[in-house]
Amino acid sequence: MTEAVVPAAATPPAKPGVVVRAARFWRSLSLSGRVGLALVAFWVATAVVGPLLAPYEVGAIVAPDVFEGFSAAHPLGSDYLGRDVLSRVLSGARYTVGLALAAAVLASTTGTALALFAAVSGRWIDEALSRVMDAFISIPSKVLALVMVAAFGSSIPLLLVIAAVTYVPGAYRIARSMAVNLNEMDYVQAARARGEGRFYLARAEILPNMIHPMLADFGLRFVFVVLLLSGLSFLGLGVQPPNADLGSLVRENTSGLGDGALAVLAPALAIATLTIGVNLLIDALPGRARRIQGEA
Amino acid sequence: MTTTLALILRRMGAAVLTLLLVSLVVFTISSLLPGDAAQETLGQSATPEAVAALRAQLGLNEPAPLRYIHWLGGLVTGDPGRSMANDLPVRELIASRLPKSLLLAGLTAAVSVPLALAIGILSAMFRGSILDRALNVATLSMVAVPEFLVATIAVLVFAVKLRWLPSLTLVPEDATLGEMLRAYALPVMTLCFVIVAQMARMTRAAVIDQLSQPYVEMAVLKGVSPTRVALTHALPNAIGPIVNAVALSLSYLLGGAIIVETIFNYPGIASLMVDAVTSRDMPLLQACAMIFCSAYLLLVLIADVCAILANPRLRGQ
Repeated sequence: MTEAVVPAAATPPAKPGVVVRAARFWRSLSLSGRVGLALVAFWVATAVVGPLLAPYEVGAIVAPDVFEGFSAAHPLGSDYLGRDVLSRVLSGARYTVGLALAAAVLASTTGTALALFAAVSGRWIDEALSRVMDAFISIPSKVLALVMVAAFGSSIPLLLVIAAVTYVPGAYRIARSMAVNLNEMDYVQAARARGEGRFYLARAEILPNMIHPMLADFGLRFVFVVLLLSGLSFLGLGVQPPNADLGSLVRENTSGLGDGALAVLAPALAIATLTIGVNLLIDALPGRARRIQGEA
Repeated sequence: MTTTLALILRRMGAAVLTLLLVSLVVFTISSLLPGDAAQETLGQSATPEAVAALRAQLGLNEPAPLRYIHWLGGLVTGDPGRSMANDLPVRELIASRLPKSLLLAGLTAAVSVPLALAIGILSAMFRGSILDRALNVATLSMVAVPEFLVATIAVLVFAVKLRWLPSLTLVPEDATLGEMLRAYALPVMTLCFVIVAQMARMTRAAVIDQLSQPYVEMAVLKGVSPTRVALTHALPNAIGPIVNAVALSLSYLLGGAIIVETIFNYPGIASLMVDAVTSRDMPLLQACAMIFCSAYLLLVLIADVCAILANPRLRGQ
């Protein structure tokens, strides 16, 4: 039974390991791109492990006074009720990053899937889908989100769906323009001529060639969702107490603004570094598909 | 010229059609709600008879398509119904707020457009330099910062620490020009911050696009100074794309206004809309949303038409 050994020995050594590729990617980035990557990595790590490191219970009132400054016990001071700001920012980052990641994944995959469907289906389906998406794109994203919040409310799962629905049309439009062009390529025509099904064409021939631009677009969607949801929370229409994302933290502590309290500055800085980080990273990606064009 | 006119008319027709679809989307979303407007207005303790009577009065017993047509007809004839929260006609509420929002938008445009053009043209002229790269990182960061953050920090610095400017936009009727400017300074500054970055980036791209054309190379080769090349050769040809960029950037003003008007307690149409969301006042919300969408479509249409006028090649399509 030598057969089991042969494939192992025959594995091609050509593909470099993850570490090597990661290092190569790091070297390919400009300085601002590296800063961006570091910021993104920091916030994703914070969202994953942050709440485990939180020194106090998120909702517990632990400080002797409200709006305290630095101290050994409370590195970021206390908030308007005397809760520990560090613990609240760590937990708020999980809501902000987690919700935005989930919504952006949902928006990008749905948009891409619909675009592929439109590209390989007939003209009528393509036309109808594109018209509907055009109508959605013509509604400013904040307005669309506000109408949906008013109609459906703002529980966490609903916010996730609202943010995803708001940004599906943008992802669809970009994915469709790529998919339609790719659909005309010779190799796709060849595959069609040899009798491959529509699903195969979309998955195996078209999708692999548009995945990189769509990943850059996914980064943009992520930033948009962070801005949208923290904006909604800031208006009091997003994540509802007792839960709090970074936008809610800024809102609930605005009364400390007069004293320049850390409780309001820390979550504000957290949002800014997160979104700036993602933007710097996308801008530095090699061969990025398009410039940052906000859809605020 | 006739083909250009026909093309522009066709774009306008398409915009009206899109607006119609938008109204359908807005209406569908806002009338999908599980609650019932009549029940909501009268509260939990209302008798079933009272609810049924109000429902008939509001036309809620009609099928949805019929209600949509009534609502659309009301919008077109300038009567979008009555507010559920305070029983005033929606038209009056909007009429009292709309001029204020337009004033805010106008002031913002007056400040931001020249500033953005200067930044964009400068960084295009010196592209690749330290200045250009610094401006690139700066504008990239500005695009990514949420409006409420800019507003919060602006209030902290200018209203709380330095005490130069008021943090609320309350302009008395008999305010002098100076008082008015001071009251508007913070909201306008915040809105500018958001759209200047956007506009400057798009202007830069438009000018660089022109600077890479053969006729510019020709001018450089015959010894024209860089400033002259940028201002007298490239800029006139970049006007079309720049106006396009300006119109598109101004459409981001709409989203920014929602946050800024609320923070500064500015009595405009965006804060009216946020109030409508809070009180779930659907007729008011629908009308406000339609105003925002119309403004957005109008700006996109202007951008489109400018692109057509500036680029003869688009006319052939």
